[in-house]
Amino acid sequence: MFKYFEPNKIFLVTSKAPKYVLFLFIVIFSIGLAEALILSPEDYKQSHSVRIMYVHVPAAWISLGTFSAITLLSLVGYIFKIRNFFLISKSLAPSGLVFNIIALVTGAIWGKPTWGTWWAWDARITSMLILALFYIMYLVAWRIFENKDKAFKVTTIITIFGIINVPIIKYSVDWWNTLHQPASISMLSESSIHVSMMTPLLIMTAAFALFSLLIFLMKYNTELIKIKNKGLDRL
Amino acid sequence: MYGRKVKLRFFFVSLILITLALSVFLIIKSLEENVIFFKSPTEIKALGEIDKKKIRIGGMVKKNSISIISKQIKFVVTDFKNEINVIYSGVVPNLFAEEKGVVAEGFLKDKNYFLATKILAKHDENYMPPEVKAALEEK
Repeated sequence: MFKYFEPNKIFLVTSKAPKYVLFLFIVIFSIGLAEALILSPEDYKQSHSVRIMYVHVPAAWISLGTFSAITLLSLVGYIFKIRNFFLISKSLAPSGLVFNIIALVTGAIWGKPTWGTWWAWDARITSMLILALFYIMYLVAWRIFENKDKAFKVTTIITIFGIINVPIIKYSVDWWNTLHQPASISMLSESSIHVSMMTPLLIMTAAFALFSLLIFLMKYNTELIKIKNKGLDRL
Repeated sequence: MYGRKVKLRFFFVSLILITLALSVFLIIKSLEENVIFFKSPTEIKALGEIDKKKIRIGGMVKKNSISIISKQIKFVVTDFKNEINVIYSGVVPNLFAEEKGVVAEGFLKDKNYFLATKILAKHDENYMPPEVKAALEEK
């Protein structure tokens, strides 16, 4: 039923990639940190607390993007029975969860001095917490189901349920009154973040994306080695 | 082009997605009251009767409306259509200021008076250095 793919050929590339990705990550992350912590100006209203945004926003973006990617891969993998897509999805999830938690924690740290509270049950924050729960559910499902076919089906179902939440997260700040501020960056209108603050934000996003890629490659290589150790050159 | 099974699976997945999206939409629609974090002064004015429960109201702090008498802070929350007077005693967050967003948690005395037990500052979506802000104000 499942299409064949050759882990050996893929492994040739993915086993060499991490060191280059790591190098690139260190370079971009250093530039990003220098921009975010030293070179960028303070905000007119919240002064230095604005620097938390350079971690908070990229982390939230990456966790949302990762979950969308996992869902897409799982759906296509399920419909066309492509096993490799499930391995990719499985390897993507841990870094997505980590960035989701980073977004929640940095949000709380920022919220205390600016809003005056660590946590509020508003639509944006609650839906982000729900996403973290979906990530955990997804990862736990891979551990519970020993049978691969069963694991593929169950994780696909979890992503379908979870993906409904993603647009809710995105538009929660527009649809309802929330404590969380509305989006500053949109496709259609001019960004309400000043250029001097936009630069570190984008560099940090690139750095976090590279970090995600690095963790993904390491996880993915582990999966490929597991297959090789079972004495199968094909899935 | 694709096998019957593939088409069936595609149909199956699409059905689940549509059903779920619709159900979630209906659930959230019916729970709208609880999903919103705060009510605006206009929504308070439209209330039939005053609730004894703890609620949150939000809006802008009206210009020149903050007055501090000993430990009590009084200010006006506005959404530029309606206004509500808020009385509060306690610590306010750093970002609490006139013409900035605020969310107050507490009890309605009547449709014009609100006794707050907690004040949260609402940050807006604008981020800029102080010099840019000053330049904008000069315009």
